[in-house]
Amino acid sequence: MIAAPGILLDKSHPQNALTEPALIRMLLIGLTMVFLGLFLFLPLFAVFSQALDKGVAAFLSAVREPDSLAAIRLTLLVAAISVPLNLFFGLAAAWAITKFDFPGKDLLITLVDLPFSVSPVISGLIYVLIFGLQGWMGPWLSTHDIKIIFAAPGIILATIFVTFPFVARELIPLMQAQGCEEEEVAMVLGANGLQTFFRVTLPNIRWGIVYGVILCNARAMGEFGAVSVVSGHIRGATNTIPLHVEILYNEYNFAAAFAVASLLVLLALATLAVKSLVEWKIRVQLSGTK
Amino acid sequence: MIFALKRQGILPGFNLALGYTIFYLSLIVLIPLSALVFKTSGMTWEKFAGTVTSSRVMASYRVTFGAAFLAASINAVFGSLTAWVLVRYKFPGKKVIDALVDLPFALPTAVVGITLAAVYSANGWIGSFLEPWGIKVAYSPTGIVVAMTVIGMPFVIRTLQPVIEDIEKETEESALCLGANRLQIFRYLLFPMLLPSILTGFALAFARALGEYGSIIFIAGNMPMVSEITSLLIVTKLEQFDYSGATAIALVMLIASFVLLLIINLLQRWSRKFAEGNNGKRT
Repeated sequence: MIAAPGILLDKSHPQNALTEPALIRMLLIGLTMVFLGLFLFLPLFAVFSQALDKGVAAFLSAVREPDSLAAIRLTLLVAAISVPLNLFFGLAAAWAITKFDFPGKDLLITLVDLPFSVSPVISGLIYVLIFGLQGWMGPWLSTHDIKIIFAAPGIILATIFVTFPFVARELIPLMQAQGCEEEEVAMVLGANGLQTFFRVTLPNIRWGIVYGVILCNARAMGEFGAVSVVSGHIRGATNTIPLHVEILYNEYNFAAAFAVASLLVLLALATLAVKSLVEWKIRVQLSGTK
Repeated sequence: MIFALKRQGILPGFNLALGYTIFYLSLIVLIPLSALVFKTSGMTWEKFAGTVTSSRVMASYRVTFGAAFLAASINAVFGSLTAWVLVRYKFPGKKVIDALVDLPFALPTAVVGITLAAVYSANGWIGSFLEPWGIKVAYSPTGIVVAMTVIGMPFVIRTLQPVIEDIEKETEESALCLGANRLQIFRYLLFPMLLPSILTGFALAFARALGEYGSIIFIAGNMPMVSEITSLLIVTKLEQFDYSGATAIALVMLIASFVLLLIINLLQRWSRKFAEGNNGKRT
């Protein structure tokens, strides 16, 4: 048996020799704060300071202006369609991947993650190539008077693409960790497939679903590059909130641009708050089942 | 047919779930992405090569890859430092700061762009301090590095944090008992243990920075040949209705991202092996 190192060692090695000297610790913490401050915290404060630069009344009128309201409505519509579709897909993909063995599973997991490695601009471009006037389906669509590119459907498609993996990639590791035993027990006890899913699986993964959905939603409401390529930037019609921010900014209407941008920052902060809460819940749940 | 492939089990819904997964994946991801390849295959090789190696496009690669490399390097150094500080040290406000590290993931890129441009421009909060030193950040290639650093920030930190948490105290204790000082422990023990994860985080941040568009166009100034990134060039070509030109450049960038994805997968496998190796030694 060896005694604790603190007792074993002489005075030149104090008890906390497993960490750095206090001075170095403070220096490292300071350096970290400078780094985070310059690149993260100061810009974060700047949004609100610029948004309220011309006073609260100007802030409110910028947010309440008809074009801003149209942008907010479109953004909510896009999120309301793309998030549930990706949630449904995430559940199906996670069920197939985690509850069954089949060849090509690793390839499928890689393909599900694929949209994350495609740059936003390219994510928009691919839909222009299919549905745009010069695209595969362009002539057919224009003779039937259906608009996808430079209209809401294109924006929704591009948003679905960039937020595609969010729910699936949260659920797959979670359901892998939980295994199939509980579902198998339910089946043996006579539950049918849907009962098993809704009464056993769903309660087990509910926090994972919340986690995936809020991240998916934040990205869906905030996406810029992909949406910018397919939107056509028609004020009051095909502008989402981020695109509206760009237009205001390019018109040198900075206070209004930051006022609308601050809405997105609030969304981001709310997303992080829920995310921290859910991470805590998942930890509690996982330690409870062990 | 599919039934024969799956393992014997009693859970239902395999055909339906896998069928829908493949259907939706093909519809949203695979078919649209293949359009990119088909569109380029309609070009002659000379035209393709001429488009993707023209001097303005080459300049945009240099700007994009160069800035992404610098930004990922800054993140590798300061992200490692941040991860270490957040895991090992106690200080007030740590929980909040830890949660805010994810902000670049949650914040829309356009918002990051206009904010950084405001803060780092000549009359901004930080820019006004740098101006007297002759340092111009906004509307220059330096601005691109700053934007890429911010949007890639969480990758190194979040890759590294769990790895640092998993280092067993005994490992450092035995080194200490064998007479190593703190610097030696760091140099010969901790750093080699963390290196695979640092490289993974670096590659993730680099990959993210390559494709970044929203945050950069506001701060870059977007001067052709000087501060024009490749993503912007794709958009410019698209706005001029040069679809084949845009597609050709996009294909080059897509291939670059896939090569990076492969490298990242290999790096992750390496760090997992590394971690298992460390565990093996301990028992």
